[in-house]
Amino acid sequence: MTTTSGSAFTALTGLLDTDAIRKDFPILQRVLHDGKPLIYLDNAATSQKPRQVLDALNAYYEQHNSNVHRGVHVLAEEATALYEGARDKVAAFINAPSRDEVIFTKNASESLNLVANMLGWADEPYRVDADAEIVITEMEHHSNIVPWQLLSQRTGAKLKWFGLTDDGRLDLSNINELITEKTKIVSFTLVSNLMGTINPVETIVRRAQDVGALVLIDASQAAPHMVLDVQALEADFVAFTGHKMLAPTGIGVLWGRQELLEDLPPFLGGGEMIETVTMGSSTYAPAPHKFEAGTPPIAQAVGLGAAIDYLANVGMDKIAAHEHAITEYAVARLQEVPDLRIIGPRTAVDRGAAISFVLGDIHPHDVGQVLDEQGIAVRVGHHCARPVCLRYGIPATTRASFYLYNTQSEVDQLIDGLHHVRNFFG
Amino acid sequence: MKLDSMYQEIILDHYRNPHGKGLRDGDAEVHHVNPTCGDEITLRVRLDGAVVADISYESQGCSISQASASVLNELVVGRTVGDGQAIQEAFLALMQSKGQGEGDEELLEDAVAFAGVSKYPARVKCALLSWMAWKDATAKALAGQPVAND
Repeated sequence: MTTTSGSAFTALTGLLDTDAIRKDFPILQRVLHDGKPLIYLDNAATSQKPRQVLDALNAYYEQHNSNVHRGVHVLAEEATALYEGARDKVAAFINAPSRDEVIFTKNASESLNLVANMLGWADEPYRVDADAEIVITEMEHHSNIVPWQLLSQRTGAKLKWFGLTDDGRLDLSNINELITEKTKIVSFTLVSNLMGTINPVETIVRRAQDVGALVLIDASQAAPHMVLDVQALEADFVAFTGHKMLAPTGIGVLWGRQELLEDLPPFLGGGEMIETVTMGSSTYAPAPHKFEAGTPPIAQAVGLGAAIDYLANVGMDKIAAHEHAITEYAVARLQEVPDLRIIGPRTAVDRGAAISFVLGDIHPHDVGQVLDEQGIAVRVGHHCARPVCLRYGIPATTRASFYLYNTQSEVDQLIDGLHHVRNFFG
Repeated sequence: MKLDSMYQEIILDHYRNPHGKGLRDGDAEVHHVNPTCGDEITLRVRLDGAVVADISYESQGCSISQASASVLNELVVGRTVGDGQAIQEAFLALMQSKGQGEGDEELLEDAVAFAGVSKYPARVKCALLSWMAWKDATAKALAGQPVAND
């Protein structure tokens, strides 16, 4: 562990060997404006990529590139084996009972939209129609709001929302009124992208099961940071994206229970997803291919497989412990900054490594700009979760989000940077 | 430091002590938002014949967007609509200059301080928010007015 920037704070324990890990990430060697080393604290938006993932992408294109599931030549067989091998890696990573339950998409948004459209076109008992209710929460990313608003508008189904408490948690006090016999689907995020809140999955899943509603969990901010076990979650669907977990952009995952994937209709039609096609009608391939129309993101899936290898090699439990220590330290130190108000949980209990805050009346854009000048990359704005900003009466936040390569020293530099921001606009 | 080219003292002064802030009577009102950052402005225009009698506004946003609204008020109130439009067009051109433009100080006065902002693509919209709102509100006010006799 490197020593902190002249602060009196003692070194944290239980951290990863970030010196070694950072050597795997070429971009973390970058030096910005006038010799400032890059301090990348925008991991909730997207993660950086280790050389192992970049090498896997290159090797795929240089040695194996071909389309998958067609052709009998060597490259076609290699590309297919690599693509399907990535599916095996994802299945193992999330403890899926079957590899056939892992659907590749282009991102978490597509995964979430896919479920909304499956349910919109489904037969009973899954069909969402004018008599049905859909339940989401006020802390969702827009990608888990808008697909449900669209489905609601198109079918007449009622959209209901869990509210939030003042300290950034789900308000579960009216759970029995929200989730009822009419509820067809409950969709919520495991970890809030804006506030870092980790939600009580078991309580919500239990209630949904009691009334026979399906459960979709958005694990976009969870899969990169903690052990994700879809069987332990007991959900029906779990969605996440690759690019936040060291993989390239353009690859996402939807996991779904096998019997549901068998019963539910396809959404996108095209090559790859069929069994037979005539001018009269078509029959469909079994899942997961039923839901993967067209040439898939092959190299990106291979990259995701390499990212999973990297994460598994470090150990998801160790990554979670590292981030927890960093988060606990950051939450405490941020609250030393005058006029700083954390939006979301003010402790590290049941929270992930994304921390949003407002700094007096200095607008987050100005905070982000002055931090950028010091080489510190944070995200500013509403983080595609505008209802959260409205709930807390703020236009936007500044968000620092950490990952396995971030250090205690970087937290200290963020704090120093925020003091500089206050002086600049003081 | 590069940052000083964006946050000129003139801009920070306007940010701390904005001109003409608050909503007053007007002939037309518009509400504009910058969806990427959540900046918002409600802006009213009052015309007196061909003259811009008042630009009043309520806004929330970063220092650049707040200062820009203040400069708009200072520069355009009291001018003819035509002069105001010429200033607006010159300011737009400056903001789109990608750091290359300096701006005509005689025409733009304090607004030339925003030249540095044009180097930061993410912030150009902040600087333009109030000006686009003014353009829109003025068009509405003119549309709702009897034909001016000059």
